[in-house]
Amino acid sequence: MAGMGMGGTMLGAPLIGSAVDPSVLMTPIMDAAAKKVLSDVALNTANMGGASYTDVRIGRYLNQFIYAREDKVQNIENRESFGVGIRVIVNGTWGFAATSDVTEEGITKAAKLAVEIAKANASLQTEPVKLAPTKGVGEVSWATPIEKNAFEVPISEKVDLILNANAIALKSGASYIDAAHFFVNEKKYFASTDGSYIDQDVHRIWPNFTVTAIDEETGKFRSRQALSSPMGMGYEYLDPRPEGKVDCPGGCIGYSHHYDLLEDAELAGKQVKAKLKAKSVVAGKYDLVLDPNHLGLTIHEAVGHPLELDRVLGYEANYAGTSFATLDKWKTGTFNYGNELVNLYADKTMQYSLGAVGYDDEGVATRKWDLVKKGILVNYQAIRDQIHMIDQEASHGCCYADSWSSVQFQRMPNVNLAPGEEPLTPLEMIKDVEKGIYIAGRGSYSIDQQRYNFQFGGTLFYEIKNGEIVGELEDVAYQSNTQEFWNSCAAICDKRDFRFWGSFFDGKGQPGQVSAVSHGSSTTRFNGVNVINTARKI
Amino acid sequence: MAILSKEDAKAILDKVMAMSKAEMALAELSGDVGGNIRYARNTVTTSGSQRDISLEVASAFGKKEGVSIINEFDDASLEKVVRRSEELARLAPENPELMPYLGPQTYAEAVTTDEGSKVVDPAKRAQWAAKSIGVCKRGGLTAAGFIEDYYGFRALATSKGLFAYNEYTGLDFSVTVRTADGTGSGYALRDYNNINKLDADRATGIAAEKAFTSKNAKAIEPGKYTVILEPAASIGLIRTMFWNMGARSADEGRSYLSKQGGGNKLGEQLLDDRVTIYTDPLHKEVPRATFDWEGFPRQKTYFYKNGKVENLVYDRYWSKEKGVPVCPYPANLIMEGASASQEDLIKSTKKGILLTRTWYIRSVDPQTLLYTGLTRDGTFYIEDGEIKYPIKNLRFNESPIIMLNNLEALGRPQRIDGHLIPPIKVRDFTFTSLSDAI
Repeated sequence: MAGMGMGGTMLGAPLIGSAVDPSVLMTPIMDAAAKKVLSDVALNTANMGGASYTDVRIGRYLNQFIYAREDKVQNIENRESFGVGIRVIVNGTWGFAATSDVTEEGITKAAKLAVEIAKANASLQTEPVKLAPTKGVGEVSWATPIEKNAFEVPISEKVDLILNANAIALKSGASYIDAAHFFVNEKKYFASTDGSYIDQDVHRIWPNFTVTAIDEETGKFRSRQALSSPMGMGYEYLDPRPEGKVDCPGGCIGYSHHYDLLEDAELAGKQVKAKLKAKSVVAGKYDLVLDPNHLGLTIHEAVGHPLELDRVLGYEANYAGTSFATLDKWKTGTFNYGNELVNLYADKTMQYSLGAVGYDDEGVATRKWDLVKKGILVNYQAIRDQIHMIDQEASHGCCYADSWSSVQFQRMPNVNLAPGEEPLTPLEMIKDVEKGIYIAGRGSYSIDQQRYNFQFGGTLFYEIKNGEIVGELEDVAYQSNTQEFWNSCAAICDKRDFRFWGSFFDGKGQPGQVSAVSHGSSTTRFNGVNVINTARKI
Repeated sequence: MAILSKEDAKAILDKVMAMSKAEMALAELSGDVGGNIRYARNTVTTSGSQRDISLEVASAFGKKEGVSIINEFDDASLEKVVRRSEELARLAPENPELMPYLGPQTYAEAVTTDEGSKVVDPAKRAQWAAKSIGVCKRGGLTAAGFIEDYYGFRALATSKGLFAYNEYTGLDFSVTVRTADGTGSGYALRDYNNINKLDADRATGIAAEKAFTSKNAKAIEPGKYTVILEPAASIGLIRTMFWNMGARSADEGRSYLSKQGGGNKLGEQLLDDRVTIYTDPLHKEVPRATFDWEGFPRQKTYFYKNGKVENLVYDRYWSKEKGVPVCPYPANLIMEGASASQEDLIKSTKKGILLTRTWYIRSVDPQTLLYTGLTRDGTFYIEDGEIKYPIKNLRFNESPIIMLNNLEALGRPQRIDGHLIPPIKVRDFTFTSLSDAI
């Protein structure tokens, strides 16, 4: 009974919603006018119950996941989840209730329950909610600017492409291939007592695979993941176009907003086979040249998470942890997170990114803001009920809930490293490196609960000697301290190389929620980073 | 009606099977009621409750399978979910590995339910949180914690006559306690099937003591050390062995259990001969359902016995391919220990480190099962049989296979996150760098 979520669970995909016929994913079930009427029922009910603020999210979450190994489709999941979440403030305390009964009766009941819960929790509350004012925007809409709705592409076409890529990878050197393609559409309607009625249609896509090669003689095996990225795009991401490609060191190919699955599958087969014979790294200090498809995860862990204000304040202490980037450091106005080459910013408006929406899940228009400017820590990521704690008046617009049934809270926006201002390509960058390693693709990742000490692996490693790639390496992981690492930044390629890496499944909160987030950067050099050799014998 | 009795669940599943027109059908009916409360900065931050029940029906024609879910149970709704799964099956691509659904099985009676744990009101959750926060407030400390309780059932049936039913209750509690100056942090994790076993005061007290005693930690040089891992420190590494226990990936050559030249390491001595780890759904301390996701019976099974690989996991497809019995993934891990207490292990240590908890454990090399992660919430230096002082947290790069070869001693097993694991003392545990995190 593979359909009961086994495939999805193994690959870490959250199985939200009920299994449906794929045609259901393309069928509208409620228009904005009907949602407005129902939202007003919730707003009025909560108001009558004593709420000083209410917001309503009517959400329809559609997912299609396809799993295949070698020449077999293992599973196709088509899922739909539809319901409403109502959040209220009563006596300075949040209350939340959700229901899949999206009718006047169901919504009235849920609104009353949200008020009841808020009242019950008020007795334990010692920090009354202070909500930053947000002006209502009236009736507006926003949609991911897609060219091709992935849900309208026939499953047979998708399956043919995946099996074709699998065959190519096997032919070029892989022993096995596991492929997983994810398609997501969030249809979200938001209304609040501020006077906002916001209708949004959000699309995301992630074609992914892992190839494995085995040396039967030695018993050694190695894997290589696809160099695609999850994107805030439609099926056009899978149209190979020249403007989506960048030439990278070692014969690698970087992809920005167009991905050539067949080309990457062929390269993956060759590269994974080569990994079996690659030289084991000699531990020591190296200059690292990090591809955006690798660096994105380092930015995520060592910049995105430590600058979440709720973590800094201790709200996540029991799960994800707190942060080294404390308020006292920020308040000095001189805390050097990195050196002056380092400009890190948050932006939920960027085309192609996973975090792009018009408005966040508490009705705040999205925007761009600086986090680290010329190396100095200048800001955090904060939402309406916490922004006052850093003496700012307007939320940054980065509130998100992974379902209508989850309560929204602060989630990481797209956090990016600004490209260098001087013209520089990845191929030019390595010419100055005497002893270094070029790393592409994500690998092992681990960081402490305050985000000081981290260790990252990668997918592909190439040794650089005197400005030339001299061969592949294996058993590489680098360890550093966040502040030390960003202060070792030596050069950043220009905007022509700017590409996204992303994650569909960034986890946070108790009960846990996931969110999708992108991290854009250009290839970047870090000098003198500690590299360890991870080879062991058992 | 989130919770159905065995009889009521069977009545619905019988109806579903009678409606099925597929070559074979499998249905799962499950529901739960429960709630949670979360607190941080010594105040409640969120709380919620859920009540859910759903029916998932799989229908198959040949090697094509379709699945549909519904949460309404009148006859028309049941008919709808059955027909929809059949339509989806007709549309699905063939899955050559789809196995026939199971016929009648014999199951032992599970011991997963505590009668007194079926009803929890929000006030009870608030009391637990208030007690935990109270301990911290009195000590000038800061608590962040999460409590989640649940009461649920799961029933399975197939068109071939299988019927299985399980009911369960339980609670998970975790708390992180930090000192006001942020230089100390402690942690406690508890889980029970009988929710009344939770002593939020006592558990928080232990975390509070760890927070106090871990203040002003000293730095030591990374390297190889003798360590004593409390169960919350070792479980993260130990369970990775079982995520990778599948015979198929071993036979395919892509697992730590793959044998050079082909085949797998079944029967080989991989660990110290004092290491015995098994699963047992009927163990009273850590009970589990006596059937897996497709209704295959779970029973006591050794995976490592005296350090030797005793069993690998065979799903039904791979067992058929290889002509060996099915062996499901373990639902719980029970590691045999010894009579020594954790204090005894400390007393017998000339120089070493005590680990309270490990964190952010990620695979580095699946070939050797090498993992990296960090210590957290109470790391202490031991000298001449006594805890001498707190030390800064450390990053480790270690394989559980190497760790359990370097075994020095075992203590009395304790329940941790649904498993039963003893405190473990090992030599030459590899730390590769220091962390400033607290």
